[in-house]
Amino acid sequence: MATLKEELKGKIISVLNLEDIDVADIQDSDPLFGDGLGLDSIDALELIVLLDKEYGIKLSDPKQGKAIFQSIQTMADYIEANRTK
Amino acid sequence: MNEKYYITRSVIIQDNTIFLNGKMLFTTSVSGFLPFAKQAFQNLQIDYPKFYKMDALSKLAFLSAEYLLQNKAQKEDIALVLANASGSLDTDVKHQKSIQDKDHFYPSPATFVYTLANICAGEIAIRHQLQTEQAFFVFDRYPSDLMKNYADYLLDSQKATQVVCGWVEYFQEKYKAVLYLVGQVGETAHTETHINELFK
Amino acid sequence: MASGVAITGIGMISSIGKNVEENLQSLLAERHGISRVENFHTRQKETIMVGEIKLSNAALIRQLSLPEDNNFTRTALLGACAAKEALASANIQDMQAYRTGLISSTSVGGMDFTERHFYAYLEDSTLHKYITSHDAGDSSHKIAAYLGLQGLVTTISTACSSAANAIMLGARMIRSGKLDRAIVGGTDALSKFTINGFNTLMILSDTYCQPFDQNRKGLNLGEAAAYLVLESDELVKKDNKKVLAYLSGYGNANDAFHQTASSEDGEGAFLAMQKAFRMAGLAPQDIDYINVHGTATPNNDLSEGRAMMRLFGNQVPEFSSTKAFTGHTLAAAAAIEAVYSILALQYQTVFANLHFATPMEEFQLQPQTKTKRQAIQHVLSNSFGFGGNCSTLIFSKA
Repeated sequence: MATLKEELKGKIISVLNLEDIDVADIQDSDPLFGDGLGLDSIDALELIVLLDKEYGIKLSDPKQGKAIFQSIQTMADYIEANRTK
Repeated sequence: MNEKYYITRSVIIQDNTIFLNGKMLFTTSVSGFLPFAKQAFQNLQIDYPKFYKMDALSKLAFLSAEYLLQNKAQKEDIALVLANASGSLDTDVKHQKSIQDKDHFYPSPATFVYTLANICAGEIAIRHQLQTEQAFFVFDRYPSDLMKNYADYLLDSQKATQVVCGWVEYFQEKYKAVLYLVGQVGETAHTETHINELFK
Repeated sequence: MASGVAITGIGMISSIGKNVEENLQSLLAERHGISRVENFHTRQKETIMVGEIKLSNAALIRQLSLPEDNNFTRTALLGACAAKEALASANIQDMQAYRTGLISSTSVGGMDFTERHFYAYLEDSTLHKYITSHDAGDSSHKIAAYLGLQGLVTTISTACSSAANAIMLGARMIRSGKLDRAIVGGTDALSKFTINGFNTLMILSDTYCQPFDQNRKGLNLGEAAAYLVLESDELVKKDNKKVLAYLSGYGNANDAFHQTASSEDGEGAFLAMQKAFRMAGLAPQDIDYINVHGTATPNNDLSEGRAMMRLFGNQVPEFSSTKAFTGHTLAAAAAIEAVYSILALQYQTVFANLHFATPMEEFQLQPQTKTKRQAIQHVLSNSFGFGGNCSTLIFSKA
């Protein structure tokens, strides 16, 4: 689980072009949206593509993303439970 | 239409160099547009992380407008009229590649969003909160006569008090941006001749 | 200044008709043109619905009597069909008689052929003629050449509001005396590029779209082309032209909120509508029908609804989205809907907002769900594009 979380942080930084942020800057329970990393709706869609591309998880409804992408922890939990890759 | 308007400021970005009103303001020895753009952005020292998510065309447009409108107090009622030759082709190609590979089929929403020529104008609008009129033309070279008439019209009809006009062209590392501000007070008259001089 | 800029000709092709008359009959019969993609293969074939024109490129080429070695892409073919009809409708015999311009719009350009032949270009040189057809501007020049037009040709690219901006520019050029006549509008063909792009934004519906419905799931893409012929007052008088309707007001504003989403309170939409009113010298209560942008995405309909309520208060006039008939035809949308607005004035009819069942919970607005005859003097048409580009057109009875 720890490696998955570190891996996620790295992937998010590169996929979402978070230029000035390091893996060390993201805490597991920091909110990703809103005040945290300040991600927006397009970022949410990119994360949906990430889930599919890297972990083989397909989401059909973008609204599901809200709960899954709350933090690195919630993302990692969801991936562990549902990954097919 | 006897109103006289003026080109009050201009920014030119090409060959990894930025000129403001004809004087070199910033240059760098790195090669490639993206490294240059990053340095030019950092040079501005503004807090706007969304810059890094933009495609190359939008970064070019954003930087041009940022250097042009820096320290500008009054930004309401500034209209925006841009043109280029390639539309959003550079990003179109990236999106196309991502849907061409049957085995690795992962189109990116962040890329697709930039596959329209006018999104770069939208980025400028968001940054400077310009809720005025905007247009984007696709033309093989800068249509000075059309742009002059359009800007004059916007000012005459009081749809805007100033107009940012210009050319923002980017395709596979070949780029050029010429942005100028047209307003009521200044020294260089807003004429086709003066506009064309910016493109020499 | 008279009541607006005169519109003397209209032409169109969409999934509900090959020309204006067929479109009108489909609207009146409440017969939509939404189906699965049939003209080409896409991996989204089973999951999306589109407003596809059931005519092959070969059929369009025959209809236009183009030579075999042409390099028209579908966007240009559709555009040429619609523009040709518009000219005939305006009874224009001699293109060189007056200063005439073409202001067209597109978002797809020649992308439909580029995506088809991208890799084949390396092997098959007979396909190279399509390389130059890729640019957005090329379709406009092809249409101009087909019509025999030698005047101004330009292309506007502001996404889904493009054609409205083309119409606005044409009107301004006539009003300022730069042109005597303007052929204005837009054209877009379906392509994998757009289908996959919109799909990745997760705003496509897997069924018939439901504008302004609580359970709307997204939009149906469509392909179409439509053009208006605008003429100066002098020309209308001189040639005793029949005026179909007047373009009495228009406005453009930017939402300045997000690259693709609309702001919560619909500021850009509100400002565009406000500007159009000011220009037309009309008040909100003068509008009898609104042809809304109404793409049926969760975001647009909410934002647009809020903007309408801010402007009209409790007295929002009858409104409907015709995108449930044609799909969202992108750069052509505003031109298609301009023609529908003109038809609404000519036939004193509000067209139906199909597939509506449940009002949105956020407000009391309900679209007109049936084709309805009523007195209509002024129609307002909205078109909002990615990049926050919001445009409004007001048409008035001739």
